[in-house]
Formats: sequence, structure tokens, C-alpha cells
Amino acid sequence: MQAFTKLTSIAMPLNRANVDTDAIIPKQFLKSIKRSGFGVNLFDEWRYLDHGEVGGNNSKRPLNQDFVLNNPKYKDAKILLARENFGCGSSREHAPWALLDYGFQAIIAPSFADIFYNNCFKNGILPIIQTDKIMDELFATDGVLSVDLQAQTITAAGKIYAFNIDSERKRRLLNGIDDIDLTLQYSDDIKAFEQKYFNKYNWL
Amino acid sequence: MPQTLYDKLINVHTVREESATRLLYIDRQLIHEVTSPQAFEGLKMAGRKPWRIAANLAVPDHNVPTTKRSSGVKGIADPIAKLQIETLDKNCDDFGINEIAMNDIRQGIVHVIGPEQGATLPGMSIVCGDSHTSTHGALGALAFGIGTSEVEHVLATGCLWQSKSKNLNIEVSGKLNKGVSAKDIALYIIGQIGTAGATGFAIEFSGVAIQNLSIEGRMTLCNMAIEAGARVGIVAVDAKTIDYVKGRPLAPTGSQWEKATAYWQTLHSDAGAFFDKTLHFDAAKIKPQVTWGTSPEMVVAIDECVPNPKNAKNQVEKTSWENALKYTHLAADTKITDIKIDKIFIGSCTNSRIEDLRSAAAVAKGKKIAKNIKLALVVPGSGLIKKQAEDEGLDKIFTDCGFEWREAGCSMCLAMNADKLEPGQRCASTSNRNFEGRQGQGSFTHLVSPAIAAASAIAGHFSKAQ
Repeated sequence: MQAFTKLTSIAMPLNRANVDTDAIIPKQFLKSIKRSGFGVNLFDEWRYLDHGEVGGNNSKRPLNQDFVLNNPKYKDAKILLARENFGCGSSREHAPWALLDYGFQAIIAPSFADIFYNNCFKNGILPIIQTDKIMDELFATDGVLSVDLQAQTITAAGKIYAFNIDSERKRRLLNGIDDIDLTLQYSDDIKAFEQKYFNKYNWL
Repeated sequence: MPQTLYDKLINVHTVREESATRLLYIDRQLIHEVTSPQAFEGLKMAGRKPWRIAANLAVPDHNVPTTKRSSGVKGIADPIAKLQIETLDKNCDDFGINEIAMNDIRQGIVHVIGPEQGATLPGMSIVCGDSHTSTHGALGALAFGIGTSEVEHVLATGCLWQSKSKNLNIEVSGKLNKGVSAKDIALYIIGQIGTAGATGFAIEFSGVAIQNLSIEGRMTLCNMAIEAGARVGIVAVDAKTIDYVKGRPLAPTGSQWEKATAYWQTLHSDAGAFFDKTLHFDAAKIKPQVTWGTSPEMVVAIDECVPNPKNAKNQVEKTSWENALKYTHLAADTKITDIKIDKIFIGSCTNSRIEDLRSAAAVAKGKKIAKNIKLALVVPGSGLIKKQAEDEGLDKIFTDCGFEWREAGCSMCLAMNADKLEPGQRCASTSNRNFEGRQGQGSFTHLVSPAIAAASAIAGHFSKAQ
């Protein structure tokens, strides 16, 4: 997994609450058996005016110019600003894959759905929770933000905002640690657990 | 110290603890074709083997066609869907994982077949790359949805890192009125607390109204816990739970059954256990529910009207309601029963079990669907449910009424297969999500119970069962 340390980029404002993972990446793209290539279909139904299909040529599709992603100003955005309950609904990890494939590496919102929040950390995306009041200030900034994970700060228009993050999640993200490698270090613990567990619950 | 059921199950499965996260041992992983290919690919690329093959059970459900299955997977018309199902078959073969393949009579929606086969047992820790895994909590299991990286992690290690959720007790007292079902309880609660109302919590559903629900009704309720933001929805084990499990193909037998049931009877929250939050609802106040917008929390009783954004509680809600009305082509203050419908979908992991089909069939019996209904589908949750329904003559009731009777799968709940809505079409659906485009781009979904779906098919607009 790619590590996350610092990031400076223009932030794209997505001013909607309850953005669900069906909106982030619609179901037809879930038929892919790959982990990459979802970026061109990120927010597909909001971004294009026609219906997209997996494997289609997206370069010729009509764009919805009213959707913020198509505003040239945010073309290189790596930070996404969102509203409450971002990533609700389906557990599809295709949602963070699509965000990352497009280029987003940090998402700042007042709250996230649990499964989506977890999925971000497995893919090197930093989800940051801020209060509604600070979100309003960040939306109003409408410009370049800097995120520093080690320092746990966001800098916007010369102002510094601190954020909280679980220390273990932070360590894994800063170092790009593969969870499976880490867990397999505890193989003996798992085996010892199994021995006691299956002895006690012998019908399992 | 008295413990909640959720805390008991977390503690029993904890292998080790590190700061706020725990390594949990996973008893059962259910696998389907959509969220597993990348996990298997990761496993293969790293040269890893599954930790405990017997923990896993796979079934294709999201992508499978619900018609024309006689030539098997190779006969699937959509080449991309076909490849995904073939990939599941191959991965299960390569790793020796037990798979119920598409044309096996036991095939069906992963959250329907788990309990049906006894692959879901009380007290188990169960995961699946699907948010509706909360369904299995109805049997007193610790069950929650995970992402594909976590599917790979469970395959490789038999375990999962999790932070413990807070405990939320949702107590539903009193007696449900006639014509009101578990689906209406679920939608009503989501309407009251919102789709993020239980984020960060594990919900235990308790109270007389929950005790009075059948196990299938409890599954419907726990299924939709995720629609309130909770990854886990759980109900204490009682005699109904144990009766339900008894005799299932993978349930214990003989002396193991005795030992298991003795343990399962301890699977309830202790008197005096601490809940971070408790909410009370009165079942008698719940009416049949219909969603009107693009989120399950946008819901009213069937005898009410589409709300007016001017009555929204704040600017964020006002904007959400305005967006939803614009998307769904509905005017504020329209009577719900005046909304005309194009298609009907009875199915999904929420409402495709035998009791759901009986409830819809009781309404449909001897009636005809309205002329404006372009398609009315009944998609049983599994091949075994389909067979049972046919043995009871339910298929005949549905087809006489004008419904199509299909093969088991997720179907039009998420419209990954050919069963979908066209742009501008409106559906009364027994599924769980009414997000924009969920059942087809530019289409409108209204979530309802099976009885309301059947009654609305006959009326051509939203209607209570007569």
C-alpha cells in the first residue's frame, strides 16, 4: 500500500450530504475483476450526461458541465471536501479505488460511513473528520489546502486546523504497512487461539 | 460485570488487542462474485494460501441472470458478468473453497442462503464483502460487511482488525398493527434516526415487538441496520432462533447440538448491561411505510404526503430534499397514494424469503396487476425458497396475477444483471436502497414491504392491502 505523509493540492468542493457509494461508482462498473481503471467512471452518473458501461470509451461521452468535477479549476484536485455521512451504502471498495485512481488521496468531511472509512485506510487514502463549522470555512477557502498526517494538521489560507486520527491507523498509513503481513506476524497467537476456541466450541 | 450481547461476541472472538483495534477471529466468511476477484488476485500474487478453507462459503448472486439459465454460466449473455462468475468458480476451484454454483438448487442471495444452510449459526463471527451482512445478526451472530481488502485479509489470516463499535439498544415495545411488517419497522426507525443515526454503533434490537417477530422478520430488520449507518444489527437468541437453526444442513447434531444450544442460550445482553445509547419506539404507532426520495431516511407513512422542503429542519436537509424531489420528478405535498408506478420488484436480501412471498401472494391472490404496470417481478431469495413457494402454489398465484416468476439472485435490487429500470421509470421495490440510479440510471425507487408492493401492483399506484 502507498504511504500517506503530506499532500498539497487544490481541494474540490462536493457540497452534498449522504453521498453514497452507488453515486461514487455505479454498479455496472463493479463487474470488473480488476482493482484499477475506475477513475474515469468516478461519479459517473453525475459527471456524464449519458449512460456509461464498463469497458466503454469515456473520452467521447458528453460531460455534465454543472458537475464540479468537470470544472477545469479542480482538474488536478487530490483533496475532496464533502458533507456529512460521505460513502454511505454499499461496502464496495470500488468506491475508494475509483477515488484513488482518479487522483484523490485525502477526503475531508464532517462524518463518514464506517465501512467506507475503513476501506480508505486499506488503500492509502486519508479520510479526515472536521466539524461542520470548520467544513464551512474550508468550503469557503475554495483553494489550495495542505494536509500533514504526521503533524495532524490541515493548512488553508494561512490558518491551521488540527484533526484527530487513531494512532494505529496513522502509523499504518504513514508507513504504508500491509495489514496482512502485520497480522501474519501473530500467526502463533492465532493458532493458540484456535486451539482453545475449537476445543470449547467443538461444533464449529 | 454485565455485558451486552455485542460485547460478549466481540470478547469471545478477540485474539489480541492493540490500542483501539482488536484482531478478531472470523468463524465464517461468505463470498460472492463482485467483491472477491481482487481479493483472490491479491492472495495469488503474494503466494498466500487461505488460512482455514472451511471457514469460507461462496455463491454467485449479484450478477446472475434470473431467466434462461439452462445452459449454465457459459450461456450468460453479458460477457462481463459471465467472466466475473467464471472467475468466482475458478478461484473457488483453485483454492478448494466450497461454492454453491449458479445452477445448484441451493444457490441464492448470500444473506438468504447463509441462514438457510445453517452456515450462519448463533454466536458466530461472520463477514462478507457486502454491507447487508448485518442480516445474519438476526440469529444472534456477530455479522458485518467488509471491503475487498478485508476479504483478502480474512482469507489470508482467518482474522480481521476491527475497532469496537458503541452499543445502541433500540427497543420496540407494543404490538404491530395488522398489515405492518418488519420492513415497516426498519423504514420507520431509519426515518426517525436518519441514515447516519447509528453510525459508529452496533444496534441490538430488543423489546416485545422484536420478540414477536419471526426469525425471517428479524433478518429483514437486521438487514437494514446498515441503512441506519450501523454495521451490526443483532437480536438475542431465543427459542425461535434455536427452532430455526435445528435440522439445517450445516447445523450441529447429537451431543454437539446439546452443547451448542446450551451456549446459544447465553447469547443475550445481561440485565444491567451498559448501552451507550437507548432508543424506544412504540410498534403500535408504526404504519406501512413508503420512501419518497433518494435515501432510505426519506420515508413517510403510506397515508401521508411527500414532504415540503420548506419544513426541513436545516439547510443541508432542505438542499437534500430539493435535490431528491428534482431527481424523482415528484412535487412536494403530493399524496403518496397518488403516485403512479411503472414496475414492481419483490425480492432482495431484505424481502425474498418464504414469509415475504406468502405475504405478497396473500394480497395478489385472485387479482390482476394494473394496466399501467409494465413489469412485475418476483425473485425468490434462493432456489430452495423458489421450490417451496412452488410446492405451496405461490408461483401460480403470482403468474395468474400478472407477475413474472424468476430464478434466485439479487436481481433488480442493484440492477447489475438484466433486471433494471429504464430512465424515468418508477418502481415499488421490496429492496433496501433508493439511491439515485440504484435500479437503473435515471430511475426512481420507492422502498416498501412485500404486502404494499403487491397491493400497489394491483392498484397501479401506492396502496395499502385491501
